[in-house]
Amino acid sequence: MSLDVKGRIAKRVAQELSSGDVVNLGIGLPTLVGNYIEDGVEVIFQSENGLIGLGPEPDESNIDLDLTNAGGEPVTIFEHGATFDSATSFGIIRGGHVDVTVLGSLQVDEEGNLANWIIPGKKVPGMGGAMDLVVGAKKVIIAMTHTARGKAKILTKCTLPFTAVKQVNMIITELGVMEVTSEGLLLKEIAPGTTVKEIQDLTEAKLIVNSDLKTMNF
Amino acid sequence: MSKVVLAKEAISHIKDGMSIMVGGFMVQGTPENLIDAIVECGVKDLTIICNDAGYPDKGVGKLISNGQVKKLIASHIGLNPMAGELMNEGKMEVVLVPQGTLVEQIRSGGAGLGGVLTPTGLGTIVEEGKKILEIQGEKYLLEEALKADVALIGGSIVDKKGNIVYRYTTQNFNKVMATAAELVMVGAKEIVEPGTIHVDNVMTPHLFVDYIVKEGE
Repeated sequence: MSLDVKGRIAKRVAQELSSGDVVNLGIGLPTLVGNYIEDGVEVIFQSENGLIGLGPEPDESNIDLDLTNAGGEPVTIFEHGATFDSATSFGIIRGGHVDVTVLGSLQVDEEGNLANWIIPGKKVPGMGGAMDLVVGAKKVIIAMTHTARGKAKILTKCTLPFTAVKQVNMIITELGVMEVTSEGLLLKEIAPGTTVKEIQDLTEAKLIVNSDLKTMNF
Repeated sequence: MSKVVLAKEAISHIKDGMSIMVGGFMVQGTPENLIDAIVECGVKDLTIICNDAGYPDKGVGKLISNGQVKKLIASHIGLNPMAGELMNEGKMEVVLVPQGTLVEQIRSGGAGLGGVLTPTGLGTIVEEGKKILEIQGEKYLLEEALKADVALIGGSIVDKKGNIVYRYTTQNFNKVMATAAELVMVGAKEIVEPGTIHVDNVMTPHLFVDYIVKEGE
């Protein structure tokens, strides 16, 4: 089964999750990660609007309009889950109780700075919970396509307004897996069928190639 | 005097230029009946405080589409293109606040606190014009408390005294907003006799609530 670009990214991100992790997935591509959790791994999904224990998608028989996710869509909740209000939810987010958050981005840079909430004058969706999530989560993974319309998104320094400063830990795209280190972006894995040179040409930031470079498995 | 009234009566207390907190997350938990009554009475120059801008035809989006909102304080407006347009045309001021900060500003407003210290927004444009304090070696932004003239709350089950239960994720901002306004009105899906809701299960105690309006009335 050949996965499309987004599916491959989501599948590789899912490999970063371990049993017992409290995970908060941003809207867009990150939500696909829920479909690729490895067998035997039990993860606790949080939805910023007030629940943990997000279950599988509802069907006609169990839709409840009072039970929705951060995208406003109806969801289900496991019996061992819990609901709560926004103050508690953002206490969980900002207070370091979220193990992993997976977010998309407009730009990310070699210092781990992130820009994902506004293109001044053009797109102004607002930050929503992103700033709190990126500051509060123990591990921040950026899941995104490597470039946007051929333009680099992994830069030496973000040019768009920041979501947070030096909080990103990992970047996973369809071409590679990079870790943010104090020296810069360490390329740890590359996708089958691509080369380090091809990835570097599509990346403005200078990549440090890990000595024991691996191949991504999707 | 019973708190249970018709929407018209409850809304009659809302005047031009007032600030209104509206509960709900992407219209889930927003009292549509109270919103409709405000659209009908046409009061204007309102300051709306809400998690988001709803949709053009739902939730606070109806007030925005009807040109009643002068200023919107929210964390996300992306799902209501009308809000972005009015902002770019300079017809509606929009203040974007990180969602976690917004909820804490409202919670502290209702709890008699001056504000909160949060790491959210440090090093970003959110920091501009704010005090940065260092506490126990960590930096924080000082975010001031938020209060409002009126709060519109969406309750699932409300007893006639005003105790509220919210089903599932309709709690969201409702709980803190119910504490942070002078006048609190609840749009109730279901109204029950006092005592029906067990004291341990009350999510918003009745003392915060002024008016209860049954959905559809």
